[in-house]
Amino acid sequence: MWLDMFLKSDIDKSINPNVVRRRILRSRLRDRLFALGGLVVMAAACLVLLALLLQLAYDGMGRVSWQFVISYPSRFASQAGILSAWIGTILVMFLTALTAIPLGMGAAVYLEEYAPKNWMTDLIEINIANLAGVPSIVYGLMALGLLVYEFHLGQSFLTAGLTLAMLILPMVIIATREALRAVPPQIREAAYAVGATKWQTVRDHVVPYSMGGILTGMILALSRAVGETAPLITVGALSFIAFLPHSPLTLEFPFLSFQWLFDPFTVMPIQMFNWISRPQDEFHINAAAAGVILLLMTLAMNALAITVRARFRKRIHW
Amino acid sequence: MTIHVDVMPAIKAESKALSFYYGGTVQALKSISLALPDRRATALIGPSGCGKTTYLRCLNRMHDLYPGNRYAGAVFLYPDGLNIVDQTIDPIEIRMRIGMVFQKPNPFPTTIYDNVAYGLRIRGSIPRSELDGIVEQSLKDAALWPEVKDRLRELAFNLSGGQQQRLCIARALATGPEMLLFDEPTSALDPTATARIEELVTDLKQRVTIVIVTHNMQQAARVSDYTAFMYEGELVECDRTEKIFTNPSNKLTEEYVTGRFG
Repeated sequence: MWLDMFLKSDIDKSINPNVVRRRILRSRLRDRLFALGGLVVMAAACLVLLALLLQLAYDGMGRVSWQFVISYPSRFASQAGILSAWIGTILVMFLTALTAIPLGMGAAVYLEEYAPKNWMTDLIEINIANLAGVPSIVYGLMALGLLVYEFHLGQSFLTAGLTLAMLILPMVIIATREALRAVPPQIREAAYAVGATKWQTVRDHVVPYSMGGILTGMILALSRAVGETAPLITVGALSFIAFLPHSPLTLEFPFLSFQWLFDPFTVMPIQMFNWISRPQDEFHINAAAAGVILLLMTLAMNALAITVRARFRKRIHW
Repeated sequence: MTIHVDVMPAIKAESKALSFYYGGTVQALKSISLALPDRRATALIGPSGCGKTTYLRCLNRMHDLYPGNRYAGAVFLYPDGLNIVDQTIDPIEIRMRIGMVFQKPNPFPTTIYDNVAYGLRIRGSIPRSELDGIVEQSLKDAALWPEVKDRLRELAFNLSGGQQQRLCIARALATGPEMLLFDEPTSALDPTATARIEELVTDLKQRVTIVIVTHNMQQAARVSDYTAFMYEGELVECDRTEKIFTNPSNKLTEEYVTGRFG
């Protein structure tokens, strides 16, 4: 009887509807305030980006034409184009991907799956993260000293590709490791339990199942490399190239030529940089137009990354 | 009811004073000597943290995957008397002879067919026709064939939890193991799926030695011939299942099987 009364009075005390409602109302208000603040901050970020894009499009769109895409640079702004620049960008990206992807994936697979976990690997891990943050101009200086002066690769496509590969290598390694880590240990154990070796487990399961994440990381790293200017200026990009590199395909045996690797190069951001440093306004418009096209290239790469990720996600959900 | 007279079955595997240390220092098993009879099911029971899963994972050297783990003592696998935990023996060889089914169904995110065929594929090139036959037989043995025979090329993730677990059993059976280890195979499944797995274990023990870790004492009583009760890393008692559940020799075993603790 006494207990019953005690419980009842306690319940009456704690559930006072007015107090509870007021408290909820106050929490709700704070909730809404934060949401509003978040919205403002997000809108500001988006507006700045939009303004930049619109400015670029407004300046450059008028100049973007087929003629602009298929013309060599010229000292007459109205005749200048970006043919050597976009072909250069594609070739340099090709070399960068060809070098950075196998090296980065190999390093990541080793570090994640094979390397013993000790202070040595911890040190390497920390330093890879550090390398990802090193300013790109520093990579340019290193490439100049190593590739141009030491290995005599010249101011060539090869030098440019290798320089950018070094630049994005840490990013590729980090992205690959993240993707590998996302494969649950139960899947590895399943493979080991039927008698697979480590290499079979990695080759047949861990790497294929993390391919979505790996490819996304690669493409994002490459889309960063596409816009790099400083390290390429350092290794000696030419800003005025009115000819194309040697064709990688030839008519005579063996039908492949590597001569182009040693040709002088330019890329889109270098071409833009060159135009923007001219005093004439017409060249500034050219730079904006090239910017529009470079932006489209980057967006296309990002779209590809999203598609790849979506495709792999659909198949694999842990 | 007929009285089942069991003439001492042959021993498939036997641990002799097996101790195990996680990370080299934490002792999880204390000198366990236990014989696992051939083509019988042995259940390992005991409260959480008693070392039953640790013991099971010694039997296929699963602990070798993580650094610092250390075994002491021996586990002999018969008929050849190979010492499973001998560090000069490649764990791959052990895992090729002893299959395992895990707590949570863990099919590969590939097709049903490829899941079952994987163990055979890594053992070397097998002609396609032969592979098809073994995959079919394994799925039949795992009582999954009627449900999947028309969709072998579909993804394993589209199966229900219970079907996935039977697929994992088929994957383990495909390589013709001498011994099958089950680590709480039904703890993630509903009662119907659990019943099917138990039925399957009962069928399979005619052909292959089974060791099953379980939290569920009724399950141990239903599927196993022998039951080992473990407590705090030690083997308390191992005997015929009926004896453990009706007339255990040890006071602790009696308290556990009657539900007074654990």
